[in-house]
Amino acid sequence: MAYLDFEKPIEDLQKELTKLKEVAEKSKVDVSKSVLELELKITDVRREIYEKLSPWQKVQVSRHPERPYTLAYIEHLTKGTFVELHGDRTVGDDKAMIGGFGEVDGQTIMFIGQQKGINTKMRQIRRFGMANPEGYRKALRLMKMAEKFNKPIVTLIDTPGAYPGLEAEERGQGEAIARNLLEMAQLKVPVICIVIGEGASGGALGIGIGDKVLMLENSWYSVISPENCSTILWRTWAQKEKAAEALKLTASDMSLLKLVDGVIEEPLGGAHANPTEMFERVKKEILFHLENLSALSPENRVEQRIGKFCSMGVTMDAGEEEVEK
Amino acid sequence: MGWFKRIKEGITTSTREKKETPEGLWYKCSSCKKIHTTQEHANNKYVCSECNYHERIGSKEYFEILFDENKFTELDENLISGDPLNFTDTKKYTDRLQDSIIKTNLKDALRSAYGKVNGYDLMVCCMDFNFIGGSMGSVVGEKISRAIDYCIKTKTPLMIISKSGGARMMEAAYSLMQMAKTAAKLSLLAKAQIPYISLLTDPTTGGVTASYAMLGDLNIAEPASLIGFAGPRVVKETIGKDLPKGFQTAEFVLEHGFLDKIVARTELKEKLTLLLRLFKN
Repeated sequence: MAYLDFEKPIEDLQKELTKLKEVAEKSKVDVSKSVLELELKITDVRREIYEKLSPWQKVQVSRHPERPYTLAYIEHLTKGTFVELHGDRTVGDDKAMIGGFGEVDGQTIMFIGQQKGINTKMRQIRRFGMANPEGYRKALRLMKMAEKFNKPIVTLIDTPGAYPGLEAEERGQGEAIARNLLEMAQLKVPVICIVIGEGASGGALGIGIGDKVLMLENSWYSVISPENCSTILWRTWAQKEKAAEALKLTASDMSLLKLVDGVIEEPLGGAHANPTEMFERVKKEILFHLENLSALSPENRVEQRIGKFCSMGVTMDAGEEEVEK
Repeated sequence: MGWFKRIKEGITTSTREKKETPEGLWYKCSSCKKIHTTQEHANNKYVCSECNYHERIGSKEYFEILFDENKFTELDENLISGDPLNFTDTKKYTDRLQDSIIKTNLKDALRSAYGKVNGYDLMVCCMDFNFIGGSMGSVVGEKISRAIDYCIKTKTPLMIISKSGGARMMEAAYSLMQMAKTAAKLSLLAKAQIPYISLLTDPTTGGVTASYAMLGDLNIAEPASLIGFAGPRVVKETIGKDLPKGFQTAEFVLEHGFLDKIVARTELKEKLTLLLRLFKN
């Protein structure tokens, strides 16, 4: 288990517990009472820490190396029925963006999402979950297919951004994302988008236009990562904590601002502490919203979806005098 | 020993006797350094007649260039941004807005107006780079959204002139959602079969490129404009080597298939008129 810097007290207790168990093993002394006490203490400490995570600490949790990624959710939810589909039919198959059909409780769903690598080699192949234009175009191809066969779409968002490479620019990264925004707005089938980890900028939004946009409790979603925001506005990386606060990028803030439609609570200690529980909660949310959305007509859904995004923004009509002062 | 020796230190001419050169009489091209009179330069649509360098201009100049007799009706002139996040970096966002409003005499980074272009109706939404780097926030999104409503209602073609560094960070996720908002609105315009011409000018990057700038029925650009999603510095850092010459220029983007045309500003109105006619007849 990897521990984040602010999880040090948990790590210490966990070490203590391991040691105690080892000693007990050797000396055959009954320590079950102490073990129980320690375990309770760990839970308490963990609760205490996780109850008051700062925005920056949540960003750290969202990037925890053991946090479940997109494929883990899909595999758990579809119980072996997931068929991954590849390629954008134009340039190639982007490993940073995955998608395909799968069955959840007898209902076919098109799953799409950015996929981060689970080890060093895979992280490179999957470009840390940063998709190229062909990734966004693959996603769009699959969404259009889902629409054609009247299947709902679930996108799982987890990306530090769209890939800022040379080829990505040559192949029109901007156009690929823009096209997805426009096309997703008009999709006739229900679309649910869930930010499961990092939701950075246009790279996240490129698969993020949904009837319901949800965020896991410790995920983040904004126009830029706190580090890059700090670099641009404060001209140093050091202000990332401040930037994380200022951007209001946490699930609770985004939900309060009505920029997302809801928050899915994580198990104590974050999604990685109990992935199975996390998957079940996500599944419950998906099925709940799909049922509600299916009750609407396609025209209604599109109208409400567009209306929702069009209501986002805070402007004032100021008379001349007010501006002058 | 020097031949010449300054007898008294510093400038000795009194301020009263100082000879002033009148301001704004001359324009020096920042590319080829040739000097033109400001009048000549303006007559040539702020394009250097020597080297074809397109000086960055704002909505005032574009409206003047495009609309017949500079006559147009502006929409939502007084729309200004709120500060929903109470954002402060090295400066409070509200102060930054106020300073920019005073400095630029603009209310935000985009103005929308409709009028006639050689007799053809056109709605023009034009970005102003001077206003916080032409960054896209709530006002930019809302003005485009309302302009599109007008276009749908009156069946008026739309042109958006992009000139922007991307999303406005001080509005965080609100600015991100303007990408969704404008793209969603453009999907309605498309359904209504009303032409949308996107003019990309120097520079068009980030969230603006990844939303309305790339979604034109026609994407046209001014020569040599910087057009891209990620900024050149970021791309350079990613690939760890120097960028090829001409990377992310309008010519590069045309070559890769994302622009229909590059049009010099001096020919913009004429070409636009032809296009509007072709769409109409």
